[in-house]
Amino acid sequence: MSDPLDPRAGEDTITIFERSREGRRAFVAPKCDVPEVPVDELLPRSAVRERPAELPEVSEPELVRHYTTLSSKNFHLDEGFYPLGSCTMKHNPKLHERVAALPGHARLHPLQDSAYAQGALELMWRLQSALAEIAGLPHVSLQPSAGSHGELAGLLLSRAYHEDRGEPRTKVLTPDTAHGTNPATVTMAGYEVVKVGTAPDGGVDLDDLRAKADADVACLMLTNPNTLGLFDRNIEEIERIVHDAGATLYYDGANLNAVMGIARPGDMGFDIVHFNLHKTFTQPHGGGGPGAGPIAVSDRIEPFLPSPQVVRRSEGDGAEPRFDLDYDRPKSIGRMRGFQGNFGVFVRTYAYIRSLGGDGLEQASQVAVLNANYVKARLAEEGVGEYLPIAFDRTCMHEFVVSGRGAKERLGIKTLDIAKRLLDHRIHPPTVYFPLLVEEALMIEPTETETKERLDHFADVIRAILEEAREDPEIATGAPYTTPVRRLDEARAAKRPVVRWRPDRADE
Amino acid sequence: MSRYTGVTDRDLREMLDAIGVDSIDDLFAEIPEGVRLGRAIDLPPGQSEQEVFEHLTALAARNRHCDEEVTFLGAGMYDHYVPALIDTLLQRSEFLTPYTPYQPEVSQGGLQVMFEFQTAISELTGLPVSNASVYEGPSAVAAAGYLAKLETRRSRLVASRGLHPHSRGALRTHAAGYGMEVSEVPLTAEGATDLDALAEAVDDDTAAVFLQQPNFLGTVEELGELTEAGKRTGAVAVCAADPLPLGILTPPGELGADICVGEGQTLGNRLDFGGPSFGFFAATERFLRKMPGRIAGETRDLDGQRGFVLTLQTREQHIRREKATHNICTAQALNALAGVVYLSWLGRRGLVELAELMLRRTHYAREALGLEPINPGPVVREFAVRVPDLDALFDRAREVGINPGYRLGRDYPEYEDGLLVAITERRTRAHIDRLAEVAASARQAVTA
Repeated sequence: MSDPLDPRAGEDTITIFERSREGRRAFVAPKCDVPEVPVDELLPRSAVRERPAELPEVSEPELVRHYTTLSSKNFHLDEGFYPLGSCTMKHNPKLHERVAALPGHARLHPLQDSAYAQGALELMWRLQSALAEIAGLPHVSLQPSAGSHGELAGLLLSRAYHEDRGEPRTKVLTPDTAHGTNPATVTMAGYEVVKVGTAPDGGVDLDDLRAKADADVACLMLTNPNTLGLFDRNIEEIERIVHDAGATLYYDGANLNAVMGIARPGDMGFDIVHFNLHKTFTQPHGGGGPGAGPIAVSDRIEPFLPSPQVVRRSEGDGAEPRFDLDYDRPKSIGRMRGFQGNFGVFVRTYAYIRSLGGDGLEQASQVAVLNANYVKARLAEEGVGEYLPIAFDRTCMHEFVVSGRGAKERLGIKTLDIAKRLLDHRIHPPTVYFPLLVEEALMIEPTETETKERLDHFADVIRAILEEAREDPEIATGAPYTTPVRRLDEARAAKRPVVRWRPDRADE
Repeated sequence: MSRYTGVTDRDLREMLDAIGVDSIDDLFAEIPEGVRLGRAIDLPPGQSEQEVFEHLTALAARNRHCDEEVTFLGAGMYDHYVPALIDTLLQRSEFLTPYTPYQPEVSQGGLQVMFEFQTAISELTGLPVSNASVYEGPSAVAAAGYLAKLETRRSRLVASRGLHPHSRGALRTHAAGYGMEVSEVPLTAEGATDLDALAEAVDDDTAAVFLQQPNFLGTVEELGELTEAGKRTGAVAVCAADPLPLGILTPPGELGADICVGEGQTLGNRLDFGGPSFGFFAATERFLRKMPGRIAGETRDLDGQRGFVLTLQTREQHIRREKATHNICTAQALNALAGVVYLSWLGRRGLVELAELMLRRTHYAREALGLEPINPGPVVREFAVRVPDLDALFDRAREVGINPGYRLGRDYPEYEDGLLVAITERRTRAHIDRLAEVAASARQAVTA
């Protein structure tokens, strides 16, 4: 029996299904204004459900209260610092929600005749142009639904490009520091993954790259700055090696927030770039989406871009240009998804780019890099740095990686314990245990929208956690204490998966 | 200083001192000169919040949205009523602004929502396991194709022409990557999947067959017969479905579908000119450890209290890298939240009432229009008719503020004169009667 006076006990973990009571309802159907023909006269018996889907029966107040209570168990960006490396958790401007909700956007049918969707198509065209300028590559497709979908589109484009030249290839190179989505994408695109090593300075190992860049290689996928937060100084040489081998060069835009207006992927020689609009361009992440993963490409890749493309047609003689969807793309790889992409995300992104302007985007990258280097400096101070040594001690870009091996060896607390103890301080932990080549990694990305006071507070809390562990490591190893639940048994969840609620299995 | 950053001059000096450099430019010293932009980025200067709002409002005003006309446009996304409580809940920062729940102790809200969503999708589809969402409908179909490849190691896919053209398109695009061929099965003269042609199309190398319920024309398919024929040689049966009609239709899982996927826009999501919405992905138990996407599972914490985590992650890219069963990372959590809230709002009986209302109005509309039906059999939310002069119908309808539906000709040369008409709870008998009047007057104009 749970203690009825314990606020964490029992009731508030029950599902909406368990709140159901027969006869309650929130919905009242509109009146039936056509003949009430019995269902079995309209549908064959075999097509009619025998029993209703067991959805909950709840009143509106209970429904609102249930989900409001659930929401209160989430830590979120509007509440506090969220230095989750590689995820670019920057402030989500509230204006964006307002403009995305305008009925002309939110209530617009995706198959509306283009003559009656000129505003939406113009917005998409303008966004394409802006992203092309930011990437330094002339052609953009907004279609892919998220970063990994953009990666897949990019490799399918590479495949189409090589096949069109009559030179199909079989392998794709990825650095060993790559995001997991890169190798997973390579497999889905029907290629073999070949890993390229990391040099002592944290960049691509050029000798290894030279050895592996042969005539079977279709593409090198690269993040620059890479997942260690380091700009690869040899990018020009990397570009030469890859292009000399006849392969394409793919830019994973997850870390674009470091270099907007400073160095463009197109100018580095990349052929294909994806953007994460839910990172660099501040689409709210929604607890796991939606995002969008547009791609920008060079001239030689353009014929293969997904269909349809948003185009501007000039009618000539000073007439207003018309915006349209172009399906006449004979070499296109085809559709990546339904309709035109995540338009609601495009509205927010476009609002963001208009708000900041070219100089504002550059300033965002500058401050992102300033903030990261400042936190890095604070964490290198005595009393912290010896426990959390920096993985590669160079000027970092928008993020950096420290190793928890000092804390593990000298204090007996792991990176996971530091992460969990941060939760008690209402700070979201950094990305942990990635990249894989850094032992006990903590990947820290403060973003540009944090003030110095917030950054100082984070550094102070890290110091306090380490000091506390010097006294008593078990405080960290037992953390968290103040969260809605304590550490959860993930092994149990995977061993005996319970992935839906069932009336007969409730609360075993 | 931009309004989203907050570095004062004094902050800047202190921060640069702490770092040990003289200027922000010094922080970028590692970027080779040769790849630097070396000029200002060529975009309009930044604007105030008010100016951006006004600009976006002006653009939005150039779109004709569903409150400005009576629309019968559907073909995959539909003008349904979204209850106010969904707007309220989705705009809560607690749901809107967290990342994927990598730290379950501070993400129990989002994780429990995923668990509830999975339960609701499982109920609708009649399949025991559902993931927590994928991007949207057509790419979910493509993901099912990839799963069938992993499961069967065969190389052919067979799709009914009743499958949404965008789904067939996305399937072909993705299949080109994972090295599979897609062939199509025609529809009968009644606009249903041709059973005999399907049976003939599958062979020992067929990994999956793809059906849709109701199909793109709105036809309620004889799903049981089709899956039986499609699985004759051991292929996986994939059914794409609109989840709302599943309120009254037999769940695909009870009619032989091994995987059921679909577009979730109809469940409490905005039209948004095509996205973001969500895709769902449900399957039989045997696919549990190969499915794409996040899955929330129930477990206990240190104190024995009930809680939820992301589970079975050895399927996923961040753990398994090139051996992952899919590359998806960010999906559509917020849109899936709208989905489960919507289904809870409708409730057990409400979903049936809504689906029955659509069913009756759809049949009423097909009668009332008095045009030759392409699919004269059972339909549930949409139907197709032949129109002697489509342009004339569109012209007249537009004059009186009606959007009569979707022209089938672009995707189906065999239905060059076809019009697909969608019905939702927002299309009343009065709306339908007005469309019928327009159709009659357009017909008279043609014959006159």
